[in-house]
Amino acid sequence: MSFDPYASSRETTEGRVYSVTGGDWDELSTEIGATKEERVVVNMGPQHPSTHGVLRLILELEGETVTEARCGIGYLHTGIEKNTEYRTWTQGVTYVTRMDYLAPIFNETAYCMSVEKLLGITDQIPERAQVIRVMMMELNRISSHMVCFGTGGLELGALTPIFFAFRDRETVLDIFEEVSGLRMNMAYIRPGGVAQDVPADAVSRIREACRDMRKSFKDNETLLVGNSIWMKRTKDVGYLDLAGCMTLGVTGPILRAAGMPWDLRKSQPYSGYENYNFDVITTDTSDAYGRFLVRLGELEQSLRIIEQCCDFLDKLNGAPVMVADKKIAWPAQLSVSADGMGNSLAHIREIMGESMEALIHHFKIVTEGFRVPAGQAYAAVESPRGETGVHTVSDGGTRPYRVHFREPSFNNLQSTAAMCEGGMIADVISAVASIDPVMGGVDR
Amino acid sequence: MFGVNGSGDTSGFGGLVRVGSSSGSSERPYGSYFDEIADDLERAYPEFNDAIEAVVVQNGELTLHVNREKLEDVARILRDNPKLQFEMCLGVSGVHYPDQTGRELHAVYPLLSMTHNRRLRLEVSVPDSDPHIPTLVEVWAGNNWHERETFDMFGIIFDGHAGLTRILMPDDWAGHPQRKDYPLGGIPVEFHGATVPAPSERRSYR
Amino acid sequence: MGLEEKLPSGIMLTTVEKLAGYIRKTSLWPASFGLACCAIEMMATTTAKYDLSRFGMEVFRGSPRQADLMIVAGRLSNKMAPVLRQIYDQMAGPKWVLAMGACASSGGMFNNYAIVQGVDHIVPVDIYLPGCPPRPEMLIDAIIKLHEQISDTKLGSNRAQIIREVEAAALAAKPVHQITGLLA
Repeated sequence: MSFDPYASSRETTEGRVYSVTGGDWDELSTEIGATKEERVVVNMGPQHPSTHGVLRLILELEGETVTEARCGIGYLHTGIEKNTEYRTWTQGVTYVTRMDYLAPIFNETAYCMSVEKLLGITDQIPERAQVIRVMMMELNRISSHMVCFGTGGLELGALTPIFFAFRDRETVLDIFEEVSGLRMNMAYIRPGGVAQDVPADAVSRIREACRDMRKSFKDNETLLVGNSIWMKRTKDVGYLDLAGCMTLGVTGPILRAAGMPWDLRKSQPYSGYENYNFDVITTDTSDAYGRFLVRLGELEQSLRIIEQCCDFLDKLNGAPVMVADKKIAWPAQLSVSADGMGNSLAHIREIMGESMEALIHHFKIVTEGFRVPAGQAYAAVESPRGETGVHTVSDGGTRPYRVHFREPSFNNLQSTAAMCEGGMIADVISAVASIDPVMGGVDR
Repeated sequence: MFGVNGSGDTSGFGGLVRVGSSSGSSERPYGSYFDEIADDLERAYPEFNDAIEAVVVQNGELTLHVNREKLEDVARILRDNPKLQFEMCLGVSGVHYPDQTGRELHAVYPLLSMTHNRRLRLEVSVPDSDPHIPTLVEVWAGNNWHERETFDMFGIIFDGHAGLTRILMPDDWAGHPQRKDYPLGGIPVEFHGATVPAPSERRSYR
Repeated sequence: MGLEEKLPSGIMLTTVEKLAGYIRKTSLWPASFGLACCAIEMMATTTAKYDLSRFGMEVFRGSPRQADLMIVAGRLSNKMAPVLRQIYDQMAGPKWVLAMGACASSGGMFNNYAIVQGVDHIVPVDIYLPGCPPRPEMLIDAIIKLHEQISDTKLGSNRAQIIREVEAAALAAKPVHQITGLLA
């Protein structure tokens, strides 16, 4: 027998461990048969094409039935919460946007809302800034759900949805780029408002994009809704009823697919969500298919909100987008010029040529930042995956004392075991895809 | 806002000095629905005065500082009493205040009542030398991972937790990275002719 | 004069090295190895708008044994580092590594306890791609530059010679912090 470095077994205190990284299957199955034990533990990930990033699943199988499912996480732990403690409050936005990288705007908004709560300026945020925040959040919801459909489809063997989904996602990302200068990780929402106003012609282009997307959403809808293969892979799969959701603290589409119309945008409105007409989508099937339908329905609601935002933006044309308090507001007016985004020339002229005080002020607030009164605050937004909550603690300094994110992905991923145990191994993929965890958010 | 305070050092080269905040108990009336919560809890739980160390209302939020011995009882009442009904616990956030001698480690539990559409925060503080808090997994099962994370990052031991192991860091990691006495880490960055120190060694603007 | 003159039309001459380089660069199979934000942009690169299949590279392999290009897309944590190295070791040679984004190249903005400060601490990197995250166009550009690098790769003893020379040069070079330049 030739030596195969990849297939080997060794004795440990736990018994015999087979490392199945290669080798002859017949040999391997005879060896397993010799132990008279049916139990097989399969390690899936952290590098696996259908685990949504670097999730590791440890599945105990009896035949094809999953008897125990455990998650191994932390493979993307980035220490973002600690890093923010060494930066100013404004710079914190740049870090938190990279947590749940499919929903950057939600991370930023939740973080900024908690900072504003600490500063006591929640009601001083200009209306136009609030409208822009809502618009960006809803656009982000579309782009996030699109990745969910695309990768979810890919994981279940449907290769076409990703092409439709990413086409629509690109439409949204183009808008993001036009408004903020970046496609992802924009750091666009800032404590006190937003980094800069939307460009003059953006609103009409967003309206146009909404019209286009409303038409193109139908592609994935006709492809998947009622599709018998898709239904067989998702219907009654990953079942988690309302009681399960409540006890596990699950929020977002999973909770709404269990029939609970809980949406923070409606129940605890923030950023002026009470001024918009939209519906909370629910289904009562509690399964992966229901969650898919909820997300699909939310796309249309997001478009409705974005169109109302466009109307508000037209009405509020020229209004400020940053809090009036100059001790908090970012001093530089950013603008998009030929060489990308930067400080506006008028502002540079003022601080470099005209006003020494303006230069000092600019320097102090950019390098040192503003002080935030001591205390703690919790702010939450309804992200595409559920409640994104931020617990911020300040010691009265220019940097956060502690920033903790309550990430919906982290919390919802706990329900994997409840959804998968007792089911087939193929359904694990479907269940995890329906949770739509983003490992950047889970591990932070 | 700007200007000298404290040591008078505005250059920032004094190093990173962090002082934790501690606020005293708030006076009644607390405002909003907070009085109702306090009253209902007091009625449902006779040992209220022993269990609740302080009631703090700040930034429009209610925080109950709970004695760790009574934490589980308080949690059960908050969850089960029909007038309170905090069905959801939104995790645990650990905070480390090295200056608060005897109560260095805090665990913060944001609660949510969907029935009454209310929020509440529980805070438990324990000394660094005895970092034990009873687990709340029996009350809110969703706290399982959150408590493991807080253990991983802060070293708070949740008594009664069925599998209190590291969750985010590798199993053989030494120390609890998000405590204040744990350095941020990182390595100095080399540029041509200059070295930029790791962020934790840079100057502070306090 | 030479051999070229005597050949019938439709025949081209080249060296084995160039032929091997051409074949290698035109059949690059990336491993689907996504870590963080950059992985989403990597996915976007394969879809309709950017269409990586124009370069014959749209088939991302789930198994590292079938792949010869590893695109490290995202931040690499200390916990993930051994896994990354194992995947790299499982890939069949010749193989290449593309460090996509600031975090994979240098640790990026996360200079802290959790993140490896550049994947070149773990695996040899052939091409670095800046950006946070880089646009799909940038990824395509990096891949095309990598193609050039691959098609110019020497074979056999020539390659061994180059590796020796590079190694010797690297050992003789001044450490970065001793180099004086614009900042000093």
